[in-house]
Amino acid sequence: MLIFLLRRLVQACFVMIIISIISFAIQDKLGDPVQQMVGMTVSPEERNQLRNELGLNDGFFSQYWRFAKGAIHGDLGTSYYYKEPALDVILNKLPATLELAFCAILIIIFVATPCGVLAAIKPRHLLSRLLMIVSSIGLSVPIFIVAILMVYVFSIELNMAPSFGRGQTTEIFGLWHSGLFTKDGLKHLLLPSLSLAIALMPIFVRLIRAEMMEVLQSEYIRFAWSKGLSAPRIYFKHALKNTMLPVITVGGIQAGTLVAYTILTETIFQWPGMGFLFMDAVNRVDTPLVSAYLIVVGGIFVITNTLVDLIYGLVNPTVRLASHGL
Amino acid sequence: MNLLSVSNLYVNFHTKERELAALIDVSFTLNRGERIAIVGESGAGKSVLGFSIVNLIGKPGYIESGSIKLENKELTKMSLRQLQEVRGKRIAMIFQDPMMTLNPVLTIGDQLVETIRSHTKISYKDARNIAIEKLHHVQIASPEKRFNQYPHELSGGMRQRVIIASVLLLNPDIIIADEPTTALDVTIQAEILQLLLTICRDNGVALVLISHDLGVVSKVAERTLVMYAGHVVEEGPTLEIINDPQHPYTQGLLNALPQMTLPGQRLNQIQGSMPSLAERPSGCAFHPRCPYATQKCRQEQPNFIYSGVSSVACFLVEDMLNEFAEQDQETH
Repeated sequence: MLIFLLRRLVQACFVMIIISIISFAIQDKLGDPVQQMVGMTVSPEERNQLRNELGLNDGFFSQYWRFAKGAIHGDLGTSYYYKEPALDVILNKLPATLELAFCAILIIIFVATPCGVLAAIKPRHLLSRLLMIVSSIGLSVPIFIVAILMVYVFSIELNMAPSFGRGQTTEIFGLWHSGLFTKDGLKHLLLPSLSLAIALMPIFVRLIRAEMMEVLQSEYIRFAWSKGLSAPRIYFKHALKNTMLPVITVGGIQAGTLVAYTILTETIFQWPGMGFLFMDAVNRVDTPLVSAYLIVVGGIFVITNTLVDLIYGLVNPTVRLASHGL
Repeated sequence: MNLLSVSNLYVNFHTKERELAALIDVSFTLNRGERIAIVGESGAGKSVLGFSIVNLIGKPGYIESGSIKLENKELTKMSLRQLQEVRGKRIAMIFQDPMMTLNPVLTIGDQLVETIRSHTKISYKDARNIAIEKLHHVQIASPEKRFNQYPHELSGGMRQRVIIASVLLLNPDIIIADEPTTALDVTIQAEILQLLLTICRDNGVALVLISHDLGVVSKVAERTLVMYAGHVVEEGPTLEIINDPQHPYTQGLLNALPQMTLPGQRLNQIQGSMPSLAERPSGCAFHPRCPYATQKCRQEQPNFIYSGVSSVACFLVEDMLNEFAEQDQETH
């Protein structure tokens, strides 16, 4: 277990280094940060002086070296726009994004699983066929269309839920602003998390269905029937656990997609999270913030995949992390 | 009364084009404590017969007509709930490949205890005790340790023992064993077979052994059914069938045993192969491979007739019996 975590830590460092190089390499291509920082009236000489002060005229490697030295001490640069450490700006927005993603994941787990199971055990049932049709539509419709439609239907036409912002939040432990504990906060969470969930749901419904159908054909399921076990027991104890093994793996990979989709969702719902911040940072050519965001997301990705591997080890007895040290 | 009686059983497989017959007019009986074997090549319908007894034929197979009676209860007419009470408790099954039969993500103990607890109201602790006792019974060393292990931690032979223990949990009347030793090592095969035999004999459990190996069958079963292309072609006491096979197919099977050939010589074989369900030959299904086939064999389906000790479905035997009968009449 410890070896496993240590190896993951080393892996994570490599991932971070590669991400930071890539994000650094694309910096010049985003636009000119100085253009955004100062007005039209500033002369080219003054601009150049500012560029020198910011170190933007240095070579790529000396810029990167300066950044890397700071990064080791937890300093990912200072945001041009906020004039604060980029990492602090991002971590400040992290709770909003994590809560959004968390609710979306909960919705996916509790909706996709029963839907997939139903579609697998009663493939000819009308509801199952409907599910398959809806999920293939869901796969092909982009998330921003779903989100905009939801805003139109639920907040404009039906006036059931607010369409932007986080609503009322409460502070926990003095460092986490949470919308999960107020009615208003939850109401605000509803539409964004739902549309984020809808974006990823079809893949999971289809995956669970396909896996479950395969598992139901296996010998051990037939043996379970021959023992006279009840249908719910066979479906939910014998089949579902085996079905979930590949689903967990895919789930870990999809965590990355989820983060990418938060950018879209947060932009549409004006959700004050990391994704929204990232879009702003790109528009403002706030390059330190862009790099810092990419690195933080890389970190989240590594952490989720480590967690997923740990969960996989718990569900699948043939993989014992402790003994293999993988 | 017979413990199990299967009569005129027809099983079909549903396909888009047409219905394919997998079992045709199969009848047999099984008495309490009796051990019978069902033999034949792959595709003869042995496994389908075994699975249809507890109505577990995988889709698209289904029982078209006929009756399967456990004492006086008709199994083919039972609801799923009623069947669940029969399965495991009165009729238990052992499958071919022990590597595939146990659920890989549940412990041995879980899989044993759930079987007991889904049939009887009993505490977990009591169920655990029964399970451990049965594991002990099938000669598994340190059953308490095995109880908490997962299937992948056990060898193939050990897993088949666990499966045998699992079918014994509720003291069933009948065990259906579908090729229980085929997937195992030869040395383990003999042990498992011996175990199965002892257990059935000691507990008075009736056994339906499905096998393609006449050597295995001769050691275990009192009576044997030979199947070919969905038909029972010969039935009788195992000794009789092995020493004096009547049907040309049974003769061919016995001839194909390696023991029947001298070292260094080519093994005997029955020419051709088992027809698929879709292309069943006319008349006697065996005629294209039969060295004695006549015009009649190609056109008509032979009846199942009793020849003194065993029953055979073959015109050759029928004609011979008729001749004997005529000679008998002439002499009297």
